[in-house]
Amino acid sequence: MSLHATKHRRWSKFLSAAFATVCLLALLSCLAALVLLLWQVLSHGIDWLSWDFIRDLPSRFPAKAGIRTALAGSLWLMGLTTIISVPIGMGAAIYLEEYAANNRMRTIVQTNIANLAGVPSIVYGILGLGLFVRFMALERSILAGALTLSLVVLPIIILASQEALRAVPPSIRHASFALGATKWQTIWHQVLPASLPGMMTGIILAMSRALGEAAPLLAIGAVAYVPFVPSSLSDEFTALPIQIFNWSARPQEDFHSVAAAGIIVLLLVLICLNAVAVFVRYRTSKQIRW
Amino acid sequence: MRIKCEVLVVVSGAIMLLATLAGCSSSHSAGGGAGTSTKATGAVKVDGSSTVYPITEAVAEELRAVHPHIQVTVGISGTGGGMKKFAAGEIDICDASRAIKQKEADKCAAKGVEFIELEVAYDGLAVVINPQNDWCDCLTVEQLRELWRPESAVKKWSDLNPDWPQEEIRLYGPGTDSGTFDYFTKAVVGEEKACRADYTASEDDNVLVTGVINSRYALGYFGYAYYSENKGKLKLLGVDGGSGCVKPSVETVRSLTYKPLSRPLFIYVSTESLKQPAVRDFVKFYLETTDQLSTEVGYVPVSDQAAEKNQQLFQKAASTEKGAS
Repeated sequence: MSLHATKHRRWSKFLSAAFATVCLLALLSCLAALVLLLWQVLSHGIDWLSWDFIRDLPSRFPAKAGIRTALAGSLWLMGLTTIISVPIGMGAAIYLEEYAANNRMRTIVQTNIANLAGVPSIVYGILGLGLFVRFMALERSILAGALTLSLVVLPIIILASQEALRAVPPSIRHASFALGATKWQTIWHQVLPASLPGMMTGIILAMSRALGEAAPLLAIGAVAYVPFVPSSLSDEFTALPIQIFNWSARPQEDFHSVAAAGIIVLLLVLICLNAVAVFVRYRTSKQIRW
Repeated sequence: MRIKCEVLVVVSGAIMLLATLAGCSSSHSAGGGAGTSTKATGAVKVDGSSTVYPITEAVAEELRAVHPHIQVTVGISGTGGGMKKFAAGEIDICDASRAIKQKEADKCAAKGVEFIELEVAYDGLAVVINPQNDWCDCLTVEQLRELWRPESAVKKWSDLNPDWPQEEIRLYGPGTDSGTFDYFTKAVVGEEKACRADYTASEDDNVLVTGVINSRYALGYFGYAYYSENKGKLKLLGVDGGSGCVKPSVETVRSLTYKPLSRPLFIYVSTESLKQPAVRDFVKFYLETTDQLSTEVGYVPVSDQAAEKNQQLFQKAASTEKGAS
């Protein structure tokens, strides 16, 4: 082997190792940021986290402040947003993937949805304020909040569901048609079950985003102090991110720790949501056999 | 087919779980309310200034013990945002860190919203520096104006006073949506919202506090409550409004000798809403407790005269409403 070739080879090996190191560093810095965040939140907030904290109403005394109304508000929002946005999002995705003709109109719609997914959530908040709060006269109700959040997550759900539908091999559809199934039967019995794990992942991610949104809710006028748990769709509400934001903006240092405790609760809810997603994925994907 | 069924069960199960959780806690609260009082529920909607928010929140919290049947919600849209909702008749009470503007009053009149104005507390704006700053104890209003006016030429401490260090002043102040910003610029610069642009602005006063704590050459301003929570870490400046150097304190703010940075805080109550017993009870309770509660959250109670005037306004509005209805 010539000297030149050996040199070249050594250089490639070095590059390869360097690239691996850079990627590892990228991963480590991600992890470091996460660990730092968790450590900071936990060290500040864990002492304030108690059963009373979950159960108590908001208060101006850090020791008495609780997160009950915000937690209930967030769960209401999650439930309603799921009910509103999932059927619409999945329906739109199925239409675009399975029914819509591949023409210019579809391209335009598709591009718009992709763009909408990147629109800052505060913009949806302003739209929600005009459309739901003022025009439809829903006022600052939990229904207006859920509708606004649905707007925020719809593009994400549609895109994720489309991705999942596209991952189903066309041969499955062809086989189903070949056996005499109608389009509806093919979608309902073959395509949908096969794409559900992927769809679920997208939906849960979208819901996690909705759970953490404060800006659109602030824009439609979600209030900071709500001493009661919503019991109907027209009730006023507050949510976890709003309550945390409110606490962290206060002058008293103790409230910053209370905010940290609130963040822990928010993270726990998120982890529970993600656990459900993993479980559902596991159960559904195990049963797909092609 | 089996796959689909199971998935549906799991998904709907998850939703049901969420709904049940929320439902559980809601029935819990309804039970608690019913146990202590059998009166009909009433709702009071308050929104507006984040400066007044702590007082209103404290009043609402104390009210829970006396009138558990009244449900008070308090928002923080800022004075301007609150006034918009107030004029549209969306809320019963507007928290305000400044008096209502003529334009806003006109809007209320156009929509047929009549109101009474109640002075509930005073707030002093604290001008603060870092404790390690040992050269400055007091600034005149002129110096503050030079410092904060648009296109200000003051870059260094030595630009304010040649004896002071040739170090750049780091400025911290509230963002432009804040009522505090409106008030400070009007009182110091002379024109509302007229302010230099090259300073660190934040709607979160804690950011300003931290900024001043961390820099020896910093100067910032914000509500007195944020100073009193961080007394050891900040140095309070006196302000000379023409009659000597005055530092903000309960006495100087209440007597309005801390000029021009003392300001009254208001609530605006819709007289239409006062027809509802819940709103009436809430406002009555507000006026009874605001002295104690405003002190507790870091503000200064209003003078006896102002309290007297509040009572008269309230009694008059409440009694005419009773007579009319």
